[in-house]
Amino acid sequence: MELLYASCVGVLISCGVFLLLRARTFPVVLGLTMISYAVNLFLFSAGRLTINKAVVLGTGAEYADPLPQALVLTAIVIGFAMTAFVVILAIRGRADLGSDHVDGQIIKSAADSKEQR
Amino acid sequence: MIQHLTSLPILLPMLAAVILLLPPCGKSLRIRRIASSIMAVITFIVSALLLIQVYNSGINVYAIGNWSAPFGIVLVADMLSTLLVALTSFLGMGVVLYGCAGDDAKGNFFHPLVHFLILGVNGAFLTGDLFNVFVFFEVLLIASYSLLMHAGDKQNTRAALQYVILNLVGSSVFLIGLGILYGVLGTLNIADMTQKVALLTGDDVYLAKAGGLLLLVVFALKAALLPLHLWLPNTYASAKPVVAALFAIMTKVGVYAMLRVYTVIFGEQAGELEHMAQSWLWGLAIATIVVGAIGVMAAQDLRKLTANLVVVSVGTLVALIALQNVTATAALLYYLVHSTLVSAALFLLADLIATQRGKVGDRLVAGRAVNQPYLLGACFVIAALTVVGMPPLSGFVGKVWILKTTLNSEQALLFWPVYLIASFVLLVALSRAGTSMFWERKGNKVESAEGENAHPLQVMIIVGLLACSPLLVVFGGPISEYMVSAATQLHDISGGINAVMQGGK
Repeated sequence: MELLYASCVGVLISCGVFLLLRARTFPVVLGLTMISYAVNLFLFSAGRLTINKAVVLGTGAEYADPLPQALVLTAIVIGFAMTAFVVILAIRGRADLGSDHVDGQIIKSAADSKEQR
Repeated sequence: MIQHLTSLPILLPMLAAVILLLPPCGKSLRIRRIASSIMAVITFIVSALLLIQVYNSGINVYAIGNWSAPFGIVLVADMLSTLLVALTSFLGMGVVLYGCAGDDAKGNFFHPLVHFLILGVNGAFLTGDLFNVFVFFEVLLIASYSLLMHAGDKQNTRAALQYVILNLVGSSVFLIGLGILYGVLGTLNIADMTQKVALLTGDDVYLAKAGGLLLLVVFALKAALLPLHLWLPNTYASAKPVVAALFAIMTKVGVYAMLRVYTVIFGEQAGELEHMAQSWLWGLAIATIVVGAIGVMAAQDLRKLTANLVVVSVGTLVALIALQNVTATAALLYYLVHSTLVSAALFLLADLIATQRGKVGDRLVAGRAVNQPYLLGACFVIAALTVVGMPPLSGFVGKVWILKTTLNSEQALLFWPVYLIASFVLLVALSRAGTSMFWERKGNKVESAEGENAHPLQVMIIVGLLACSPLLVVFGGPISEYMVSAATQLHDISGGINAVMQGGK
């Protein structure tokens, strides 16, 4: 299970980084989402992976570490808000800049650039 | 009431922001301005009271929901954090009042967002839990994203997009670092982590080191340390100057986090991980000063120049963190207060100069003369002298203090020439900027329109911010004593642990 879990996180991160480097807003948003999923999985694993352990229920029983779950929950909520913001900003950027490139560069034809001069 | 004082610098801005969004304030600009100013002043007064209380009675630990320290979340108000909270609230008050002179009418949510930003910054300073530092970072970041778009144009959208994406990646790295540290140490409470770092053995040491250095990447990004500083000049120069003035505190949040993590958690008591970030911080800080000075020299307009001054000040602050001793930390605190206030004043001044010069704006070329040359010129000279560190203003005291603390360390051979040459470069660049803005004119004064004079409130805020500089010198004795005892308190690691672990009950 550990191997599968670790490779999942690794694959998600590498896909995310690849998409980020595309430097176009839509792939970047997807990449950020993937990275945040990977981070959430990773945070969850920080409390050690266990099987057949309940959440905190009364006394005595063996229970899984509740703190990483709380951390992940917070991280997910924050991640959602941030993703929503960056999507809206990307849409606005597309409208304002006429390009979905993160640097906002419009790929000009030769005629256009002559006109501007 | 008095025992809840610690939580008020966080709760009051939150309350203020919510009030400002609700109907009576949401509709009318006038009511919103009055309510916002009143709340900002109250927040500042409360922060100042907290500062006085902590100064008199030692570290103040506030256990949220009465859950004691390692399990619950605590707010820790020591001298360092209350000093920064008071500074934030003071700056926030200035920015709110300055915004009331007209900048807040250009977008809908200026006032609530400013209060949310103050909430985030104050929270990050006060919390005693590393995960909560993350949460408050996100609060202040999302407020800053929206403020950056305030009254924005195309340039703004681009800068904001880059800034947001960069910070989202930074947040992910932050969480990975926290995850590693939690996995190794089993806690994220700063005091508890400090205790447990010393007990690490075997492979866990390397894991903790990896986690700690990942956090360094994030803090370097927030503080704009060398390889990760490229976002700052663009972002700050494209924000409205009043927003940029408030952002002057945001790089200091990164510096503060470094201070907490690398001076306390991985400080003297950390066993094998003692001072692990020192060598990194030192080299990067020197390089940041160099690059910042080059940026100041190359800047085409006053806002970009000021943004690069912020980069130089971050380099100086981080160099002092790397020294890891009490006097260096004390000098750091003095310099931090001074540089935050003066860079905020310079951003605001850039705004006034830009509006009075018409089309040329704040670009450093010959243009129309400003309407109030004596007032703005005098303010600019004072701000420039302060920021460069010429006597007799606070920059000079800070600089002498910094040079004196570095004198005995072996790094002085590197630091002194770099720092002094950078100061000289700053002096040259600022004199050139002042000359081209105030002396080189095109056309005559008659053509400038009437009624363009600065709003008295704006002038008052700038003068108020600049007046802090001589005040920092006049009251230099008590202030430097305070800084030294704050630094002593920060470096007294076991004292801090005891206060947090026992105080929260």
